Amino acid sequence: MANIPESLRYSKDHEWVSVAGDTATIGITDYAQHSLGDVVYIDMPRVGDKFSTHEAFGSVESVKAVSEIFTPIAGEIIEVNDGLNDTPEAVNNDPYSAGWMIKIKMDNPNEADKLLSAVEYEEYLAASE
Amino acid sequence: MSEIELKRTPLNAAHRELGGRMVDFGGWDMPVQYPAGVIEEHVRTRTACGLFDVSHMGEIWVRGPGAISFVNRLTTNDVTKLVDGQAHYSALTNENGGVVDDLLVYRFGPERLLLVVNAGTTEKDWEWISSHKTDDDKVELQNASSEYCQIAVQGPNALNIVQELTVTDLSAIKYYHFKEGQVDGIDAIISRTGYTGEDGFEVYADTGSAEQLWNKILETGNYGGDGGILPCGLAARNTLRLESAMSLYGHELGDDITPLEAGLGWIVKLQKGNFIGSDALVRQKEEGLTRKLAGFEMTEPGIARDGCDVYIDDNKVGNVTSGSPAPYLKKDIGLAFLPPEFANVGQEIRIDVRGKYLRAQIVPTPFYKRQK
Repeated sequence: MANIPESLRYSKDHEWVSVAGDTATIGITDYAQHSLGDVVYIDMPRVGDKFSTHEAFGSVESVKAVSEIFTPIAGEIIEVNDGLNDTPEAVNNDPYSAGWMIKIKMDNPNEADKLLSAVEYEEYLAASE
Repeated sequence: MSEIELKRTPLNAAHRELGGRMVDFGGWDMPVQYPAGVIEEHVRTRTACGLFDVSHMGEIWVRGPGAISFVNRLTTNDVTKLVDGQAHYSALTNENGGVVDDLLVYRFGPERLLLVVNAGTTEKDWEWISSHKTDDDKVELQNASSEYCQIAVQGPNALNIVQELTVTDLSAIKYYHFKEGQVDGIDAIISRTGYTGEDGFEVYADTGSAEQLWNKILETGNYGGDGGILPCGLAARNTLRLESAMSLYGHELGDDITPLEAGLGWIVKLQKGNFIGSDALVRQKEEGLTRKLAGFEMTEPGIARDGCDVYIDDNKVGNVTSGSPAPYLKKDIGLAFLPPEFANVGQEIRIDVRGKYLRAQIVPTPFYKRQK
């Protein structure tokens, strides 16, 4: 069963969001990393780039396939996890901590409320099985 | 739920029990990887042992006094050169020299040959082979695909692991040879062949014995222990064959690709006499190839996958047939069709990877060759 921490918010594209003030930290879920398989490359945006909701901000490439990753929340990139260039496997091994990808300064901090709760995301996964 | 019922090998339940992630592979419900993941599975096969369920492959018996001449007329390699207990790699070709399928031909006796073909093309091959049989051929054909399981044990420890389960002296079986014997008391064909670039065996047995064989080999190979055997999914099977630059039907081979273009001239025996497609292949050899398969290595980060276009300067010159990270070599590699003048080792190319023109270089193949 996929690990779905209760404290986080989720998108239907399988990103997680952790909110602190007007900053959102974003990565991909345990379910997503498991579906992708071993991650070998992560293509990420630059600090200062701006994205609207549900815009592709980069891609995750596994041995088998490449998938786009989307911003669940609109805003400006304020930090990127450069460490993933050297250790992309962190996305597999520790998707909710070391495997974080970007931090966004949210245009509208309330936008996170529209995302799925852990319970809702779990139901969404169960329904899409 | 899916519209079409997927076919299952006799090991389907075993894969699920091991945590295999199941996918639709050409109509078959197959494990793409297990919890260890493709990289670990790949590396373990190179360094210790990997176990693969390849029961989805097709098996076709050709029996009768005309068996050798019949198969010789349909395939590119020279079947008359095989001795009992020997196998070879070959291709079924069409009139244009294109590849209907690539296959293994096993000689059990002068009147008994076994053809092992790809899973996704078994029906097509069966149609093709049956339709070319005439009354003069004096052969009987049997599609026995559903009667066999096939389990591949590959890697440097493969011999020792299988040897514990059989009295047949495995070290006496040379590469591309086989013996009929027993594995864990089960009647089996033990073939020293594989699709990984490693030493190893492919074991054929009746489907009812598949689970016993599979579980016994896992147990004997110390599955779960340090450096023990690992079950490997289709993802690792693909990366292993690509590192060894072995062709995959539908990628490097197809109805409109000849074995000469795919770098398989060594299985095309034009001297043996006429076979289906031989005229076209003779002509192609005389006129020269317009494209040939070459191996490349990415020289900047990125992975070129099949279908990507290859450029030299601003000119599109070819296309990628397979591309992937190479987990053991820790490089990003691939195969591409290129005009022969651009297929030489050292040639710089660029590959259109989702709009980015990434640098790569032609390198010798196979990318990986095991130390003997």
